[in-house]
Amino acid sequence: MKSNVEKVISVSNLTKRFGSFTAVDHISFDVCRGEIFGFLGANGAGKTTAMRMLCGLSRPTEGNGRVAGCDILTQTEMIKRHIGYMSQKFSLYSELTVDENIRLFSTIYSMTDVQIMEASSRLYAELGMESMRRTRVSDIPVGWRQKLAFATATIHRPDIVFLDEPTGGVDPVTRRKFWEHIYKASSEGMTIFVTTHYLDEAEYCDRVSIMVDGCISALDSPAALKRKYHADTIDEVFRIVASEAKRDE
Amino acid sequence: MTPAIEISGVTKRYGSLTALDNVSLSVSRGEMFGLIGPDGAGKSSLYRILATLLSPDSGYARIDGLDSVADYRRLRSIIGYMPEKFSLYPDLTVSENLEFFASLFGVSVDDNFDLIESVFSQLRQFPDRKAGALSGGMKQKLALSCALIHRPRILLLDEPTTGVDAVSRSEFWDILSTLRDKGITIVVSTSYMDEATRCQRIAMIDNGRILDVDTPRRLISRLDENLFNASSSDMFSLLNHLRSMPEVIDCYTFGATLHVVGREDFNPDKAMDFLSHSGLPDVRIYPAKGDIEDLFIKLTRYEEQC
Repeated sequence: MKSNVEKVISVSNLTKRFGSFTAVDHISFDVCRGEIFGFLGANGAGKTTAMRMLCGLSRPTEGNGRVAGCDILTQTEMIKRHIGYMSQKFSLYSELTVDENIRLFSTIYSMTDVQIMEASSRLYAELGMESMRRTRVSDIPVGWRQKLAFATATIHRPDIVFLDEPTGGVDPVTRRKFWEHIYKASSEGMTIFVTTHYLDEAEYCDRVSIMVDGCISALDSPAALKRKYHADTIDEVFRIVASEAKRDE
Repeated sequence: MTPAIEISGVTKRYGSLTALDNVSLSVSRGEMFGLIGPDGAGKSSLYRILATLLSPDSGYARIDGLDSVADYRRLRSIIGYMPEKFSLYPDLTVSENLEFFASLFGVSVDDNFDLIESVFSQLRQFPDRKAGALSGGMKQKLALSCALIHRPRILLLDEPTTGVDAVSRSEFWDILSTLRDKGITIVVSTSYMDEATRCQRIAMIDNGRILDVDTPRRLISRLDENLFNASSSDMFSLLNHLRSMPEVIDCYTFGATLHVVGREDFNPDKAMDFLSHSGLPDVRIYPAKGDIEDLFIKLTRYEEQC
């Protein structure tokens, strides 16, 4: 990571306790503008809790930091305007049409009518989905749905987009097409913060971190991690690092 | 001996959509059989027919010699089905879910506990936790326990490891192996191609049709493509450049490298020169060995062209 590059995420000693349980335990890291940052960890390692704090949805018990220029303790509402969020579990309302989803999300992101009109015509042109405007999301193929979900999550041109297992349960071809959208967005300067259980996808990230029992146990570029752990793939690195886990899910 | 599962000429339509198109398959007793295909290929419809929840429009499915439509009641005690979506009651606790499923089949948890012991061991620590509050890996283990509690002879698992991390997935597959060793026939679908290679045979399915069925090793040996690895410190540019070359049939990401499917006239040295002259840094291209993932991509590419 270059030190002269602008940091869009910078957190220090971020901690979240639920009663006596420490879900996230003093994590500190930076993410640079335009970076694809892979946030890995086993189920129950604390990824979702950490992401919720970064998105301004959960107040840290300890620690501080800034996301997209906003303080994560005091400016949580502002954070939400500067980030996008998508997950495989939830991204679009399947009972609404393509057009209705776009209008709904752009309104949630506080865009004006003029901005919405401009953004949606740009989006339809880019995706080639003009003919599907009035189709219900449940009736469009999964590959299109993924494209649309990503486009909707980034319709307000956020600084950072958080992708929580965006490709869970998705076949190898559709997953790859999705990652090409990620690459493209990143090349245009958007920062990508992504979790995945497909460890071949971790290889596509600029840097990855691996969470174990609430702590970040490893953080570097995929190539450097493989060198450090004498591994051929990130899959192997993950197995070595995650096997240190003590706590149950 | 009759096969564990025999599917013959099964077709299923929803309106104008043909979800399953004349599907025939046979699964042996005690086999670990994988179903691999993109979303919308027809896997879940096939599962639902085998689980007696859906009737085929034509053709038949026999499980353990029993017809999926005529003998559905008897069949339900023979099969264990774990659907793709979380199948537990989130407001019931771990032990309540297990007891509920046991009571549906008129069995007691204690009688059949030996079968689920290895799956259930971690869950024993929190019997009173609500199922909805379990983490992803634990939910899968509870769902598998519930699908096993009536001691089925055939286990139908529809994407059981979606959303589960790599270490827990390995554990889950170790458990499946021990179940198969106990004689249970397992039909499992997955979107993780590393899991597909743990099956004895796999069926590749797309657009409601079976494209190929065989052992993973034999399927891979039939992958007769001119396959190369390609890498550069600017992978996204490399991908776009390679795709624009006429002697490249396909190019896709493959972990730390790209896989390039070349036409006969694809020459890796020439391609390297060309790409380096186009300004791409540190280009390397060298032969690659294909695996199930390459085969999947090839089959879907071929299907798209049809």
